[in-house]
Order: sequence, then structure tokens, then C-alpha cells
Amino acid sequence: MKINMRKCDICGTCVAVCPVDAIYVSEYEVTIDNDKCISCLNCLIVCPAQAITEEE
Amino acid sequence: MAEEKFDVVVVGAGPAGSVAARFAAENGASVLMLEREREPGIPVRCAEGVSHAGIAPFIEIDKRWIASTINVARLFSPNGEHAYMYNNGTGYVLERRLFDAALCEIACKKGAELRLRADAIDLVWENDQICGVKYRHQGEIKTVYCDIVIGADGVESRVGRWAGMKTAVMLEDIDTCYQYTLTNIDLQGDSVDFYFGNQISPGGYIWVFPKSQNTANVGIGISGHLAKNNPPKKLLDEFIGKHFPNAKKTYEVCGGVPTANTLKEIFRDRIMLVGDAARQVNPVTGGGIVQGMIAGSIAGKVAADAVKEKRFDKKFLKKYKKEWDKRLGHLQNLHYALKNKFFQLTDEKFNNIVEICKSIPPEKFTLKELFSSAVKGDPKLVAEIAKAFVVSKFK
Repeated sequence: MKINMRKCDICGTCVAVCPVDAIYVSEYEVTIDNDKCISCLNCLIVCPAQAITEEE
Repeated sequence: MAEEKFDVVVVGAGPAGSVAARFAAENGASVLMLEREREPGIPVRCAEGVSHAGIAPFIEIDKRWIASTINVARLFSPNGEHAYMYNNGTGYVLERRLFDAALCEIACKKGAELRLRADAIDLVWENDQICGVKYRHQGEIKTVYCDIVIGADGVESRVGRWAGMKTAVMLEDIDTCYQYTLTNIDLQGDSVDFYFGNQISPGGYIWVFPKSQNTANVGIGISGHLAKNNPPKKLLDEFIGKHFPNAKKTYEVCGGVPTANTLKEIFRDRIMLVGDAARQVNPVTGGGIVQGMIAGSIAGKVAADAVKEKRFDKKFLKKYKKEWDKRLGHLQNLHYALKNKFFQLTDEKFNNIVEICKSIPPEKFTLKELFSSAVKGDPKLVAEIAKAFVVSKFK
């Protein structure tokens, strides 16, 4: 998964729905640990800013 | 730097964290609050509505952080009709930035320490026991030791996950929200408005919370599992185009609101979770300020008692959950069940509910009256749901 930080509002909604604790929010950015990610797409679906895409 | 040790470390200085810190400090514990941002209360991700009765036990009302005073709620059905509800008591639309700062000040005055731009990144363990928090501060990784951690780190909470608790919520149990503060709009100014309907806001509602006669927080919440096909921003923009064509946006924010039940596990040895982190939010309305403050007050007091007794095990901390269940947990249970019914209603049923509400004279609008009127209308479902909504709206 990939986060477009230009769109991201750093709201943390994605973290709440991540079943495997693969997303981390700091004061200024959100990062996804793709080694942990199971591609469930929960984060992509709930992101209110539509900032998350599936990485090719 | 010398090793730091506090009795209690609270992660997050929102309403839940600040109230927890204050109750722990005023009952004798040494307390450190870690706040990720440069001040408490920012960024504001909130519609900012609360009831007077909800906040009054925790803070003296100060007009500095009140944008407007609310006397009535209006429920709008999909067909555009609306009903008034007067029986919720006085409410306020807050200036959350100032309100959160005021709550945090109280905690500090009671003796709690506040560390800003302090981003918690992990728990510290010793012999399989939590014994502190690791955090990033001024470019360094630092460690603070403590006997109890209170996780008040909001919807994006990770403190609970670090402790091994299951905090992830299901897609249908989170609302995807988008909100603007609009100006140049014409309002009565003393009513909060809710718009329902499966076209307007599937699995949620649109709110208009006035901050003055011509400004308001206008936002939308869509149930997470429906958000992909119904992007909240798009629906909100459509609504604003229709209802407030001359509006200008002065603030834009998005976020997620848990509409789940309280987590099964909100404490373990040496740790408690409060507020959004524990999913202590009214699942029908998405309101969580007062819930978080109540949970914070309970957890803060229990933490201080634990310090006095030197008992940090989950057997002792169980008091927190017991008290929470008694105060609001049971109610949240009920609301969670009702949420699932309420937001599955057809537009026709929404219309019926508002019709029934309208048939009751506003001054006589009590739950009892609604109930007896509802009997002749649709059914117990209507009464049950409307009751839950009224009772819960400003709780």
C-alpha cells in the first residue's frame, strides 16, 4: 500500500482499522510497513482523504 | 539525562488524557502527559458539540471556549421535513482548541507535567511487565519509567496494540468523516441540525453545528464499509452546494470516528485505555468528548489508588472497567445494538420517524409522548430508535 502524503490529513483512521498494526502515525507523516501489510485494503477503503492506493 | 520516573504516564492530552492526568494527580500520583502535537487540542477533528450536563462536572463553564449555546435539535428526514427536539437541555458548540487547553491547564495546576511534541513510539518492558514509555522528543529517543500507562491516544491508538490488546475496529464500526467550517451562511444559530437518508449520508448523517449566526461546522460521517462507493467529501460537497450555495470554507478536516462498542479489553497489568483509544464513543451519534472525560476520571482515580496501594496488576485495575460499565458501558452496549438497526432504515422509515416527531408539540416533546404517539405510527422500532437517539445525542 502507498500513501500520498500530499493528500493525507494525518487523521489516523487507517490505523484504527488495520488488523495487523502495520501503520504508524507521527506528528507529520503516516507510514505503512509493507512487510507487515496483508493487503486487506481496510485502510484504503476508510481513508477520508482518499490518500491510499494499492502499490503496483 | 537522568532517568525519569513517574507513577503514571498518560499518552495523549485530549479531553480523556487530560482528565485522567488531573484525577491521578489530584489524588496524589506523580503524572506525566506525553502529547504528540505542539499544543493540546490541535488539530481539531471534531464537530465540537457537547451537553452542558456532560461537561459541567469537569470544568467551570467559560465563555472563552464556547462558540454558541444550543437549545434545540432539528432532525431532517430524506424528504426535507424536519422535527424539533427541545428536551436535551442546554448544549454548546465548543472551540475545542481552547477547551482542550483549558482541561489540560487544570491537570497541570493539579500537578501533572506536560511534555509537548513528545511522540510515544513504544512501551518499555522489564521481566514481561510494562515499566515505561519510549518516545521521540526533540530528535532523540527518550524513555520515561512508570508504574501505570494510560493510553489516551485517540482513534489511531497504538498504545493498546503495543500491550497486546486487540484494538482494531471493523469497517462497519468506524465512520469516515469530512468536515468544513463554513462562513457566509444563514442560520438560526441556536439549533444543531441532523440530516438523514441513504442518499444523503449512507450509514451515518450530516451535521450542521453553528458556531455563530453565520458560521458552522458542517460535516458528514459515512459508515466505513460504505465509504468506498460513497466518498464523504463528494456527498458533503453536494449537500453544501444544495443547502449553502454561497458558503465559504474556512477550515477543512477529515478523520475517523469509532462507532463500535467499548473494546472488550480496556486494561491489563499496568495499563488502561481511555476515550477514543478504548472506543468509548456513542455509536449512534459518534460523540465522545464526555465519554472520554468520564472514562478518564475513573481511570485517573483508579491509577492514583493503585499507586497508594502499590497494586498495579489487572486484578486491581479491574475497578476501572467495572465503574465504566456501570456509568456508561451498559448504555453504549444498548446504543451499539440500536446503531445497527438505525442506520439500516430505509428513507421511508426515516421520513416516518420525523413525521411522528413532528406530530408532538415541541414543548410537550418528551420520550413518553414520543412513545405514545409512535404506537399509532410505525411501530415499536420507531419508538425504540428515536428514544435511543434523543437520549444519546448529547450524552
